[in-house]
Amino acid sequence: MLLNQFLILGALLFSLGIYGLLVRRNAVMVLLSIELMLNAVNVNLVAFEAFLQNANVGGQIFAIFVITVAAAEVGVGLAIILMIFRNRTSANIDELDLMKW
Amino acid sequence: MTPDIDYLALAPEITLAVTAVVVLMLDLFLPRSQKYWTAVVAVLGVSFAALPLIALAVSDVGERSMLGGSFVVDDFALVLKGLFVVSGYLVLLMSVSYIESDRYYQGEYYFLMLMSILGSVVLASSRDLITLFIAIELVSQPMYLLAGWRKGDLRSNEASLKYYLLGVLASALMLYGMSFVYGLTGELTLAGIAEAGAGMADDPAFIMALLFMIAGFGFKVSAVPFHFWAPDTYEGAPTPVTAYLSVSSKAAGFVALLVVLYSAFPDAAGVWGPAVWILAALSMTLANLTALRQTNIVRLLAYSSVAQAGFMLVPFAAAATTDQIGLGEAFAATVTYIVIYAFMNLGAFAVVIAGARKTGTGDIEGWGGLGSYAPGIGLLAGAFFFSLAGIPPLAGWIAKLVMFSAAMGAGSGWMVALAAIAAVNAVIALFYYARVVKTIWMDPVPATAPDEQVRTSPVAGSLGLALGLSVVVVVAAGFFPSLVTFFSEATRALAGG
Repeated sequence: MLLNQFLILGALLFSLGIYGLLVRRNAVMVLLSIELMLNAVNVNLVAFEAFLQNANVGGQIFAIFVITVAAAEVGVGLAIILMIFRNRTSANIDELDLMKW
Repeated sequence: MTPDIDYLALAPEITLAVTAVVVLMLDLFLPRSQKYWTAVVAVLGVSFAALPLIALAVSDVGERSMLGGSFVVDDFALVLKGLFVVSGYLVLLMSVSYIESDRYYQGEYYFLMLMSILGSVVLASSRDLITLFIAIELVSQPMYLLAGWRKGDLRSNEASLKYYLLGVLASALMLYGMSFVYGLTGELTLAGIAEAGAGMADDPAFIMALLFMIAGFGFKVSAVPFHFWAPDTYEGAPTPVTAYLSVSSKAAGFVALLVVLYSAFPDAAGVWGPAVWILAALSMTLANLTALRQTNIVRLLAYSSVAQAGFMLVPFAAAATTDQIGLGEAFAATVTYIVIYAFMNLGAFAVVIAGARKTGTGDIEGWGGLGSYAPGIGLLAGAFFFSLAGIPPLAGWIAKLVMFSAAMGAGSGWMVALAAIAAVNAVIALFYYARVVKTIWMDPVPATAPDEQVRTSPVAGSLGLALGLSVVVVVAAGFFPSLVTFFSEATRALAGG
């Protein structure tokens, strides 16, 4: 059974997510990067589940919960970004520097 | 197959969920001038949630376990649920006058607040990774929105987005760690992980998974180096929300950390102990040194709460070097610290809300002479700030005492070093706490202070009640430590000590 290939895919997705989070300046793109990281987790969970052949299918259930929470998270995140865009007409996170130290 | 459900054990959660829905519905139908009823219902609902907790505490069934051990109501869960309900109650009391003066979205505010309290109450009972994850998200997600409550205020916007991005990043890190823990042990319940992972403490993948999870929880408890969101979010968010973030949300992070580390990874204490040692030392030192330079009272309290998180982490590091009894000792020390910290920090934020209304500013400079025209607020500020500093006979010194005795009791050189770092930091902290009290009592009233009418305006009744309740606990627990240690000792069983 293939496992390492899936874990490497997961690790790549996760790293891409972190890279996007650090490099992207547009808040929507940052949100997308976070989604990538959460999906890396899903790939891991489902791959482990298929590998372990657990009777209680905990990994798949976990993945479904992660998908659901990720959807809620995007809802909250887009609401916050929309609010900022209305006040500033920009969603660039570098401009959020009113408070430092 | 239908699962067995113990409705009494679930009663606090059900009460909170029902209250939240009722508040949301009321908000829909009430005319604008009567929205304050949402606040009344929310406060009553949280008070009612305490009743089943008392019933559960006095019942002699002992540990109630449901849904295949995923949801457990034991002494630890009851004590922490009690803490979350009481601190939620105090935060709601602080919110009433503050939110009313903003005049908008009252119903939604209380709905989100109740949902977050519900999340923290579920968290105290969670004993598997899925329930733990859902509960943590339920605590945090409403807070992302509440931090940005003042929609038109750019600072509040910024607070919200910074908290959201770092919070979600933390969740992703934590989940990535959890996915590997599941893959390596094949278990989701914490007890199952402890059993299956017994011999894995040397496995690099296992260590990596554990460190990912600690990093995720580190964000939630705002330990250095995962604290960057805290000062900005605390400053920009409405003050009652900040009070909630610095107490309940932080305590929720600590509960997750306590439950996961002590009951799922007891054998890997040699791995997480040193990691937490570093977090504790960094949090105390960096946060205290930065707090010295703060001019805004909320930012000062933000760095102070990061430093306090460092003190709370000290006993975790001690657990790595001791036996079963020492493990229980360290566990009880952290719980004691969390309970006392909750009351003194909530009190400090209630003072900030009352003081900011009278002085019209959050700058410490502007608070000069507050003691001369509002002696009550001045005295309370003294009580809470000196308690945070750990001056006897206020409750803070007991928190420090149990923390130091857990660290010294471990008896290793590393722990003595950490205790020394903590001692130096306690002195540094006294300096900036005392500076606030000195400004309030000894400095002249600044020229920028608002006029007589604002300065002598009375404190709102609900805020006064929150102040009174917190100061009673802080003073009483200082004179009678057994009031708090009675509860924290009861939790020790979870750590096996």
